[in-house]
Amino acid sequence: MIRIEPRESPSRAFAVGIPVLSAVISLAFAAIPLLAAGANPLVAYGEMIKGVFGSVFAVSEMLTRATPLIFTGLAAALAFRAKLWNIGAEGQLYLGAMAAVGIGSGFLDISGLLLLPLIIFLGAAAGAVGMMAPTYLKVRFGADEVVTTLLLNFIILIFLQMMLEGPLQDPMGLGWPQSAPVLDQGMLPPLMDRMRVHSGLILALVLAAIAQFMLARSVWGFKLRAVGENTAAARHAGINVRRSLFVVAAISGALAGLAGVSEVAGLKGYLTSDLSPGFGYTGIVVAMLAGLSPVGVVIAALFIASVFVGADSMSRAMGVSSFLADLVVSMSLLCVLVGGFLARYRILRTRAAKA
Amino acid sequence: MMDLLNILLSDSFWAASLRIATPLIFGVLGALICERAGVLNLGIEGIFVVGAMCGWMAVWLGAGLWGGVLFAALAGAFFGLLHAILTVPLGLSQHVSGLGITLFATSVSYYTYRTALPNVSSPPRIEPFQALDIPVLSDLPFLGPVLFQQTALTWLALLMVGLVWYVMNRTALGVAIKAVGDNPDSVDAQGLSVYGLRMGAIVAGSALMALGGAFLTMSAFDAFFFGMVNGRGWVCIALVIFASWRPGKALLGALLFGAFDALQVRLQTEMGALVPGQVFLMAPYILSIIALVIAARSADYPRALLTPWFKGQR
Repeated sequence: MIRIEPRESPSRAFAVGIPVLSAVISLAFAAIPLLAAGANPLVAYGEMIKGVFGSVFAVSEMLTRATPLIFTGLAAALAFRAKLWNIGAEGQLYLGAMAAVGIGSGFLDISGLLLLPLIIFLGAAAGAVGMMAPTYLKVRFGADEVVTTLLLNFIILIFLQMMLEGPLQDPMGLGWPQSAPVLDQGMLPPLMDRMRVHSGLILALVLAAIAQFMLARSVWGFKLRAVGENTAAARHAGINVRRSLFVVAAISGALAGLAGVSEVAGLKGYLTSDLSPGFGYTGIVVAMLAGLSPVGVVIAALFIASVFVGADSMSRAMGVSSFLADLVVSMSLLCVLVGGFLARYRILRTRAAKA
Repeated sequence: MMDLLNILLSDSFWAASLRIATPLIFGVLGALICERAGVLNLGIEGIFVVGAMCGWMAVWLGAGLWGGVLFAALAGAFFGLLHAILTVPLGLSQHVSGLGITLFATSVSYYTYRTALPNVSSPPRIEPFQALDIPVLSDLPFLGPVLFQQTALTWLALLMVGLVWYVMNRTALGVAIKAVGDNPDSVDAQGLSVYGLRMGAIVAGSALMALGGAFLTMSAFDAFFFGMVNGRGWVCIALVIFASWRPGKALLGALLFGAFDALQVRLQTEMGALVPGQVFLMAPYILSIIALVIAARSADYPRALLTPWFKGQR
């Protein structure tokens, strides 16, 4: 017989060791699809490492890819802490991006230093609204936010296509469904000459640090964790649960909106409907690998960005499909889930009790 | 207004509604079985993709249409088993596990497709299921085109509604599945296996979901495209709440959704000049949210939904 028993106190070594181990195991598992594609896994791993760390340019590409993942990872981590299942970061990202190009491409005659802060603020606000609406439906009508945020992703993407063929379309764009470019003074400045890594990364790191501090040290962070761990007890302790949910919804949505701002105003300069290759969904994996800790989100985002950039580069060199990266990312999520189980429980072999 | 009436009275409109509803019928029934046993299966979107890819690929490799259907169901059952292991004996978060299954199943499907067909510009086509042509019945006015000129998979979906209803309401197994989703302790006290019932329900439900995906590549279209599932799985998760976990209402919900989607396409061609087409494309998703909001208030969730159960622990 097998018995499952909770551990008295899950140790700290598990909290760090399991995500690291999950990452390693998921990469090791990648050997199977690599072999299936007829590639030598060792050569492929070599190509991946070269693709991420082989040059300053490669590292810059990795950091560029990690930037939106830190934002969406934080968005998921904070919401999940309060057991608010925000699966809608993908849509909120596009809301933020639409606000950014709407205000930043010369629609309003704002010049100089004001434009960039305004873009950041409105992008965050648009994302926040995008999460507060489903939270309202949850609190007021009991409509499950998992389903509503997922469906909103599709609605927002179609809305985006409508905007890109309508009010947001670049009049100089020869009819392509893309927005006018963000004005120069509205762009997040690059961090290095001739490299794509931009100051959106700094913004993401600062927000991660603030989130870490608020979560661990502030009354707000305490309330958030209390609501997530035991809603009834939190309510009993006099915490306004609805208010806490709306606040975390706004913050989570705003962070996802900033991912869109950062991609538009830091990297692309204009908006198309393929701005995000699923950054919102990948953010959920980032948050889970991070054990929902903001500092962990930064590390996990760097790992996942390395997988994507490394796999892209390996794919170009060896002709293996770059869907390999998505495969590794999804396997790392499943591994960390199982690992979390091993951290919380131990499996004991017992003899069947005699009746 | 006359136009609308003409649409609603035409047999082609109702035939299209049933066709669009078919994958949703499979999906809602699958989700219903899982949730009745107490486990949310957000792997549905990915299992749709797996079913679509595997069914198509099996036929493309020469397995025959029903071989493809069988292979799709087995592939769905496999990913269902994975979800079952993670959520039932291990008791892990059903939300996160389900999303993980969706990401995993989708990337496995895409990777396999790309690896098998590295450089195709237009996806290879198969010979899909043809409309059944039943003598006499197919020639009936109205009913003929609506019911009797559908493909075999649509009939399989309708048959499944009856089967699931029968199992759930008329057999001991159905009683046990519903009990395990409401009060697993009582099921355990009767000497039945909570793990076995829950895992079996997830595997069976996931196989049904995969058939919904298989319908897309083997009946609605004749090839596999990236992104072809396009949120249909999530719509099913909303519809199952709308259907209050009942097979009959699940059929009704899927048909309403199908009718609305068919109407949307027709209105788009009639009014395309006045309103941007995207307004109509958005409508089915908005309708799903509205249905959810209406149903949520009075929703009678299976009481042990989302709650893991461990043997010997209360």
